[in-house]
Amino acid sequence: MDQDEVFKALADPTRRRLLDLLCEENGQTLRRLCEDLDMTRQSVTQHLGLLEAANLVTTTKRGREKLHFINPVPLQDVYERWIRKFETQRLSLLHDLKIQLEKNES
Amino acid sequence: MTAERTSFVYVSYIASTPEKVFEAITRPEITRRYWGHENVSDWTPGARWQHVRDDDARSVDLVGKVVEVTPPNRLVITWTGASQEAEPDSYSRVTFEIEPDAYGVRLCVTHDDLIVGSQMEAGVSKGWPLVLSSLKSCLETGKGFDLSGRAKAA
Repeated sequence: MDQDEVFKALADPTRRRLLDLLCEENGQTLRRLCEDLDMTRQSVTQHLGLLEAANLVTTTKRGREKLHFINPVPLQDVYERWIRKFETQRLSLLHDLKIQLEKNES
Repeated sequence: MTAERTSFVYVSYIASTPEKVFEAITRPEITRRYWGHENVSDWTPGARWQHVRDDDARSVDLVGKVVEVTPPNRLVITWTGASQEAEPDSYSRVTFEIEPDAYGVRLCVTHDDLIVGSQMEAGVSKGWPLVLSSLKSCLETGKGFDLSGRAKAA
């Protein structure tokens, strides 16, 4: 799965808003999501399609309804790939600093 | 009054085979490597399963029953905190669906019947993305994340 698609999907305020809406209440129908957005049903469908292609949203059928769920797994993958390594570096800098300071003290 | 229930659906695409993903969920020596816990059961319908923390205390954190087993494509289990084993209302249900995909494997984890506002809801909604990301990393690179809560060596 391509992380390009995740970043592209996130580079749009409407799609981030959709993720926020699903975060507040998971498993919503298209109709329900449209109530909170000032745009046509068609546009919302397109945005949801891009989010689904990036695997940030998954859908399941429950009876006659299609429900949308936020899928944070690709975000976790992005975190592991892009954020954790900077954190690790910062932590090791702090660690070096501590060693240095403690050495000076003794 | 019955409590309101909610569901989560998580999907991860993993460069692996359905057999390896199924094993990674059901074999304790593999779950330990990316989940910080061992999933222990004989994986027959009706059997009990336990989620045992991989530390010195080996505390049982979660328990449940095996509902359905169809290796390597499907596993359904019930799920509750070990201290709530005797409370039928506390149980939620987890379905693992493993399908071959152009990329390798599509793993879909559906967690149903979670009580809205419960500690379990909060815990699993934080936990699953981490566990699935760690599983993917473990199968693709051989290294999962350390989720055991063990103190790190300095």
